[in-house]
Amino acid sequence: MVTLTAPKTQAPTAAAQESAAVDSFSVDLADSPVRDLNQALHSAVDGQSWIVENPGGKHSLAVGINAEATVTINGHVGYYAAGMHQKGEVTINGNAGVGLAENIMSGKVHVKGDASQSAAATGHGGLVVIDGNAGARCGISMKGVDIVVGGNIGHMSAFMAQAGRLVVCGDAGDALGDSIYEARIYVKGTVASLGADCIEKPMKAEHLEELAGLLAAAGRPDNPADFKRYGSARNLYHFSVHNSTSY
Amino acid sequence: MCGIAALQLRNPLLHPRMGSLLSSMMCQIVDRGPDSAGLAVYDTPGLVSGNTSTLSLLGKDQGLPTSGIAAALENLLPASAGTAVKVVGDTTFVSSAVDTELLAKAVRETLPDSTIIGRGEHVAVMKSVGHPMDIAAEHGLEAMSGSQGLSHTRMATESAVTAGGSHPFSVADDLCLVHNGSFSNHATIRRDLLREGVVFDSDNDTEVGARYIASRLKQGDTLEEALTNLGKVFDGFYTLVVTTADSMAVVRDPIACKPAIIAETDDYVAMASEYRALAALPGIETAHIFEPEPGKVYTWSL
Repeated sequence: MVTLTAPKTQAPTAAAQESAAVDSFSVDLADSPVRDLNQALHSAVDGQSWIVENPGGKHSLAVGINAEATVTINGHVGYYAAGMHQKGEVTINGNAGVGLAENIMSGKVHVKGDASQSAAATGHGGLVVIDGNAGARCGISMKGVDIVVGGNIGHMSAFMAQAGRLVVCGDAGDALGDSIYEARIYVKGTVASLGADCIEKPMKAEHLEELAGLLAAAGRPDNPADFKRYGSARNLYHFSVHNSTSY
Repeated sequence: MCGIAALQLRNPLLHPRMGSLLSSMMCQIVDRGPDSAGLAVYDTPGLVSGNTSTLSLLGKDQGLPTSGIAAALENLLPASAGTAVKVVGDTTFVSSAVDTELLAKAVRETLPDSTIIGRGEHVAVMKSVGHPMDIAAEHGLEAMSGSQGLSHTRMATESAVTAGGSHPFSVADDLCLVHNGSFSNHATIRRDLLREGVVFDSDNDTEVGARYIASRLKQGDTLEEALTNLGKVFDGFYTLVVTTADSMAVVRDPIACKPAIIAETDDYVAMASEYRALAALPGIETAHIFEPEPGKVYTWSL
């Protein structure tokens, strides 16, 4: 089952605090290559933090982080930012290009602006927060990731979504949740159209509770009661013999 | 995959920087299409001038010296038209104060093997095979002034890597089209247009799009209507940028697989395949940045 990744509240030890003070780094991508940044992040240890300036829309920033490190990127990033994220927290003070946090496994990725298409695609776990809008195919083939979008999402979002939760505080585009499996979708605004086998489902107490938890984890003020829930009608799970002549 | 970078300058004070800004944008989209490239620039002094038609011809070598071409054209055109021929980079420019069609007719008669890649009073089109930044440098883009600029770096899929297959396609006066993607039913639409009497220069799918838009505009469509109609007729993947003498349009197919991002300020509208091409523009920190919605036609006029 999916677990929500909330910020850890345990008090750091004195040693950890000391090392955190030492282990903070600043990288200016205007005069250093992306590869050096990613190599440093792959060698990171728990408690370290990075501030990245002048990302300039460069691709593949802060990918594959496997330590409880904190990375803050000041500016817009290109494709596949924070891809394959394992641990720690990446915050982007700007917009993100195609494939944000693609295949995220755990940890948290937070974009303060908009994200382009295929955000959190195939994500297995962790939390992706997008304060602005997300483009088409948000959460396509999501496999356990939690996604909270402050604005709208584009068409074909949560296509073939298998597990995890997608929360949309704005509107959803066409064909939401097409061929969805067991992921749960919460939308506050309108849905342009639902995809094949995706239906509206009742909001029960357990859903209000899980939604409240997701909104709190994303730092959103929205009221869970204003949302509708969508999920699989489970009609595509099994082959229907009535369709045998269609092939 | 192809790369697009386009710029419409609303603030005339930026016109002298058009070439350097477009060059900085183009530099960031080279990875998306390094085999060939093309440029269209509008109102660039030295390439075009008011009340004069300019034709852009593919290649610097037309088989005749420029003086020979000029002399042959002068025989066919009024003496007062001030016909001139010059070579810039890998492109031959022919200009004359006559109607564009008349000039095109004279050029076809003088240089039957030439390919006209740009036409009009405002636009100059340059394209070639090779590294996009080499092509830009060869034509002196960095120093060019202008009101609008359009660049394309091509990764060929639907037809061969040739200068003629490079974008932009400019098939009507001051009209240019660049395309990232591929049309899947272009052969069918090409046959329809051929039946209407449209003549093609290449086997390229994007040329069919350009000829289609030109045909719609000729039938009275506005640019927005022409692009809406294109969406009904063409199948495939596309992000398109179309420029005219005084406007720019962007449209993506309804599936919107091909990227596009737009930055708008009081001074300019810039469109590119990726944000990194916009990152160096002046005032980008406060620009309105957005991705165009699928299937929606956006237009901006100078």
